[in-house]
Amino acid sequence: MPRRNDIKKILIIGSGPIVIGQACEFDYSGTQACKALKEEGYQVVLVNSNPATIMTDPEICDATYIEPLNTEFLDKILAKERPDAVLPTLGGQTGLNLAMKLYEQGILKKYNVELIGAGYEVIKKAEDRECFKNAVLKVGLDVPRSAFAHNMAEAKEVANKIGFPLIIRSSYTLGGTGGAIVHQAQDFERAAFLGLESSMVKEILIEESIAGWKEYELEVMRDCKDNVVIICSIENLDPMGVHTGDSITVAPAQTLTDKEYQLMRDQTLALIREIGVETGGCNVQFAVNPYDGRMVVIEVNPRVSRSSALASKATGFPIAKFAAKLAVGYSLDEIQNDITRETPASFEPTIDYCVTKIPRFTFEKFPEAGDLLGVSMKSVGETMAIGRTFKESLQKGLRGLEIGHCGIDNKLDYRAISDEKIEQRLKDPNASRIFYVKYALQKGFSPERIHDISKIDPWFIANIQELVVFERTLAEDFSTHKTLRADILKEAKQLGFSDLQIAQLIQSDEMSVRKLRQELGILPVFKLVDTCAAEFEAYTPYYYSTYEDENEAGGKAECAGKKKIMILGGGPNRIGQGIEFDYCCCHASFALKEMGCETIMVNSNPETVSTDYDTSDRLYFEPLTFEDVMNIVEIEKPDGIIVQFGGQTPLNLARKLQEAGAPIIGTSVASIDLAEDRKKFSQFIAKLGLVQPSNGSAVSTVEAIAIANRIGYPVLARPSYVLGGRAMKIVYDEKALLAFIEEAKEVSQGHPVLIDEFLEDAIEVDVDGLCDGQKTFVAGMMEHIENAGIHSGDSACVLPPHTLSSRIIANIKKHTCDIAQGLGVVGLLNIQFAVKGETIYVLEVNPRASRTVPFVSKATGVPLAKIASQIMAGKKICDFHFIEPETLEHISVKESVLPFSRFSGVDIVLGPEMKSTGEVMGIDMTFGAAFAKSQACANQALPQKGKVFLSVNDKDKRQIAFLAKKLTDMGFSLLCTKGTARTLKANGVKADIVDKVDEGKNNLLNLIKDHGIQLVINTPSGQKSQLDMRTIRAAANLRGIPCITTIQGAWAAVNGIEASREKEFGVQSLQEYAKNRK
Amino acid sequence: MGKAILYLEDGTFFQGRSPFTFHETSGEIVFNTSMTGYQEVLTDPSYAGQIVVMTYPLIGNYGVNADDVESSKIHVAGFVVKEFAKTYSNFRATKSLLAYLEENRILAMEGVDTRALTRHLRIRGAMRGIISTQDFDVRFLAEKMKKVPSMEGSDLVRDVSVQQKYVWEGSQGGSLKVAVIDCGVKYNILRILAGLDCQVHVFPAKATAQEIEAIKPDGLFISNGPGDPAVLDYVVNTVKYFIGRLPIFGICLGHQILGIALGGRTYKLKFGHRGANQPVNDSQEKKIAITSQNHGFCVDINSLPKEDVEITHMNLNDKTVEGLCHKKYPLFCVQYHPEASPGPHDATYLFKKFVVMMKEHHAPTK
Repeated sequence: MPRRNDIKKILIIGSGPIVIGQACEFDYSGTQACKALKEEGYQVVLVNSNPATIMTDPEICDATYIEPLNTEFLDKILAKERPDAVLPTLGGQTGLNLAMKLYEQGILKKYNVELIGAGYEVIKKAEDRECFKNAVLKVGLDVPRSAFAHNMAEAKEVANKIGFPLIIRSSYTLGGTGGAIVHQAQDFERAAFLGLESSMVKEILIEESIAGWKEYELEVMRDCKDNVVIICSIENLDPMGVHTGDSITVAPAQTLTDKEYQLMRDQTLALIREIGVETGGCNVQFAVNPYDGRMVVIEVNPRVSRSSALASKATGFPIAKFAAKLAVGYSLDEIQNDITRETPASFEPTIDYCVTKIPRFTFEKFPEAGDLLGVSMKSVGETMAIGRTFKESLQKGLRGLEIGHCGIDNKLDYRAISDEKIEQRLKDPNASRIFYVKYALQKGFSPERIHDISKIDPWFIANIQELVVFERTLAEDFSTHKTLRADILKEAKQLGFSDLQIAQLIQSDEMSVRKLRQELGILPVFKLVDTCAAEFEAYTPYYYSTYEDENEAGGKAECAGKKKIMILGGGPNRIGQGIEFDYCCCHASFALKEMGCETIMVNSNPETVSTDYDTSDRLYFEPLTFEDVMNIVEIEKPDGIIVQFGGQTPLNLARKLQEAGAPIIGTSVASIDLAEDRKKFSQFIAKLGLVQPSNGSAVSTVEAIAIANRIGYPVLARPSYVLGGRAMKIVYDEKALLAFIEEAKEVSQGHPVLIDEFLEDAIEVDVDGLCDGQKTFVAGMMEHIENAGIHSGDSACVLPPHTLSSRIIANIKKHTCDIAQGLGVVGLLNIQFAVKGETIYVLEVNPRASRTVPFVSKATGVPLAKIASQIMAGKKICDFHFIEPETLEHISVKESVLPFSRFSGVDIVLGPEMKSTGEVMGIDMTFGAAFAKSQACANQALPQKGKVFLSVNDKDKRQIAFLAKKLTDMGFSLLCTKGTARTLKANGVKADIVDKVDEGKNNLLNLIKDHGIQLVINTPSGQKSQLDMRTIRAAANLRGIPCITTIQGAWAAVNGIEASREKEFGVQSLQEYAKNRK
Repeated sequence: MGKAILYLEDGTFFQGRSPFTFHETSGEIVFNTSMTGYQEVLTDPSYAGQIVVMTYPLIGNYGVNADDVESSKIHVAGFVVKEFAKTYSNFRATKSLLAYLEENRILAMEGVDTRALTRHLRIRGAMRGIISTQDFDVRFLAEKMKKVPSMEGSDLVRDVSVQQKYVWEGSQGGSLKVAVIDCGVKYNILRILAGLDCQVHVFPAKATAQEIEAIKPDGLFISNGPGDPAVLDYVVNTVKYFIGRLPIFGICLGHQILGIALGGRTYKLKFGHRGANQPVNDSQEKKIAITSQNHGFCVDINSLPKEDVEITHMNLNDKTVEGLCHKKYPLFCVQYHPEASPGPHDATYLFKKFVVMMKEHHAPTK
């Protein structure tokens, strides 16, 4: 069936902010879909609250709404745009849940809008666990024994029937929130309670534990003619019990015979037909008993997902793009496979390599939480690696993780680890289990024993065993011959060993191994990802490296006369380095292509738009290490390499790459160093006549104490060369300083510790600027809502500044220009200032793209990353027409989104170390309205009435009375702790006193649990946070009650509430804002 | 592991390793893109006389077992992979793939850049090759190559067909009698027919029409098999006799034989179709099936008499004929493998169609 002509306008729902379990894979999918539908001539309307996405770029869709993803705002957008259809399957769980609500509340009917991709019934069948189970049983498939519970009594009854161990899953949640494995009765009650609480519909599924079974996933597509194809099979290295997002996974499935694989395929087909997924992508998860082959269905997602993004990158098959085309009526055979150009999309990709995906965790940010893994997802990013064997791709993947491993290396000495410790690390799934498999083998554990303890399939263990054996062979051979022989070195490279890893095995260094390897002519080749294992000629230039005979990359004169520019991406997402940087890399590629350059992308993150084969002229899916990047440089011989867009990852490689002869363009490596080197930087700032907080850098503990004493406590202490404020702390006394230094040792690895004066009550300002070396344009100035001391990535900010005087603004601009030109920045720079009274302090200068680039671009309409990359390629500031941000009439607020609900036991208080995973944006004509929208976007919509719990520290008590008065004037009733209530009473504001957590039945905690409180304002006192207040904050957070922990945030909230009471919010697209401006 | 070489008739060679030291093997070198099912591939008689290259690099991961065989032995002439698994893992596995190959004395090599080899075959076409673990001198190998027979014009059916007719075990009670002409039949075809309540009588390819008619079959099935269909006059003649007399179903070589019997011609494809992901459109059912394929020859679409024959199946990748039926007589055939094994089960409905055809075709009228 060809394209549907009865539909003209389609609304796509985005997935909102990056959170654990829902990351930038939905930007990748969404962008593909938007482009595909626009190509087909549809009018495409998009709503997404996340500004750091390519899909929300104004040129991608016809109308782009950065508005809250809830029914209230969707109703407004539908009323205004009147689309014919809504496509909900590209916005992750958020998109599906919202579509369900729109249907249930009759909003779709009201505007006569059709759901395409997956209808209400389909979503319901797949998402509602009871409907799902019935569907599975109806087509004769097996599921784990299970039953539902809606309250504690039911839950206990079910648990008794099924027996332990069992698994609790809560209905309608994301990434497994509220899920748990329970091994014994005494842990059951708490787990069941949490599950019920986190479910949208107060429902949990209690099921037979199949922990330890093998886990598989099939990605499948179906069209309106009932043609079904499997795109990719995935096998998890971590068996059942670990959320698939937290598992190391491999594609294709490795240990299934064709008989079992086809049975799984048959079941998938039966299931997708029964559930009724008519058009689009879908994934089905299976568990297989390793001892008898019993196969049970775990889950179906009737939408594109993290796995489908992975499957697309693993095979080259663009699932989301085709899903969008199927949704508007095409069948698979009517769509061409872009890669082969001559074959249709109605086939099953076959691959001739092995793909390994490894999750990236950030447990170091939440030390209270422990690094154990379970059924609730904890990872914040992932890396994917392609190799011709599992061993090669595993090793590439581990070095691509950028957590200090150069492969499956020997970071810990196995001899120093006790057998007990190894057993325990093998048994309880955790972030570093893969390394413990190796340590166990090195210690002489038999593969059988490792399998018995970990349940990891023997095939994976055997592959790691081969690496362990080879390491010994290599070391012995080296000690016999006193050199690395060519055969051995070649074998090492084929097994995926990095030069650095080999160097460590023979007590040498990376550069020596590299030199020897090159002399021996052991060089990598690059192979193509082509969906068809070379059966057809492929046109899509998507490469990976390996050590074999034939090279398929480079060499061709594809670029006669064209400049070749290589862009280094940011690798796996982590807190502090996420989608914002990928956004910049993509823009660089688009802009350079526009200028007539040939672009080459290097990245290892499968979730991103940058690793879409459409984004650049050539894509290299490789780890971002010196060795892997240089290999590509040597094959491609680019005219320029851009390192300033991928965050800290490529920046850290810049010096070494340059020394090896790679042509870095943009801001010079020397300038990057100048900005990173505290000492040189201080001199530089002083020379410009600017002010920095007093500071010093220490390489020893004695030095650190001396510096802190000179500056005076509190001080801000941090390691150097890290991103996202990693391990940064406000230190109040010497004891805390010593504790900090101990921790910093591990983080900064030999780099000095930085100690700064902490500016209390200062306003922090972030500036993003463009510079061509001579001329600077200040593109965006953002005033932070929280005071200095909260990491800039976690604080909300407003553009343009809303409290700064025009004199201060003018001075900040001038300082920005001086610094940019002084450093000789070519491209982007970001400066953080602090304003205290009339003094402007320079806190930090980053001569690279910052996290706020996409936000500024969306707020001002100036595509910063695009312009910056064209400047790097030779254009000048004066070649562009800029609109001064001061002329903007609308206000934009950026709010961060935090992952606290994932890490039980972690306090939700903000500090100098960044903890947020994503961001949202609120746009409106007043600060209050924009702020209120931003809160709604972050899923903590401000209440309009009800009870506010108010408890502030002594310092904030000065400000609290007026704020409290405003709240009571608006009709809120106040609940306070004794101290706060006393302050309020003295100022004539009425407030009730509430019992502490442990006192009385009507205590605060119970009130929060019963949703008797609509807003919590609680600022923690000093460095010691009271335990019961932590409980309060955690409880509020768990129940989605907005919880504000700074007094500035409280002020903004009051402004927001006022604005929302004043008049109903409207919605406006980015395109309209742009039009109004001109 | 010792050194091994794969020498091709165009002078190209690939180096690798072999765990075995059996001298040498030769045959037509072809690639298969299935990611699973190596045991089925090895035991598929259609691969007789061929050295098979697996494009998926990791082979042997799940070992081998007693059930996943498609005939009584391994038929490939040689086996080339990137890496053999040293340890296998699967609950049904009984031994490692390498042990299985060694028992069957099949020369196999690993460590080959199989992607480069596949690309070479795709660009230059299927060709003959020699695997050696002893002779590494290309001049000698070139000399030996002269004696390796070409696939075109080779009758390999006589080597793989059963010598005596027999009834497939367990099918004796079946209510429909199917005569199978065994040109190298895969067991799964017989298993499926037996599963559909057929009494499956397997005949040698040389069986005469009279011998077959003697059992009074309800239908005739012509199996898959190796080699060039153009030289199989003896089977073609037998089949011709039954056209219009019995419902006929042919698979792969059986399809080519039917094509010739109906007046068509076959030709050799550049490098053939071997894998489990080939999309085929069934114009009668209006459906696309993802199919398992293994063929190097193809029926020429223009050679068939249009008044009698309808093209029912088409390969969506290269638009070649994948199936046909007779406009008057109960007869149909497909170039691909609806019995799968290895591969998807999308097309098993064809066996049911054959059963229905037999049931509808009561007393033969001719």
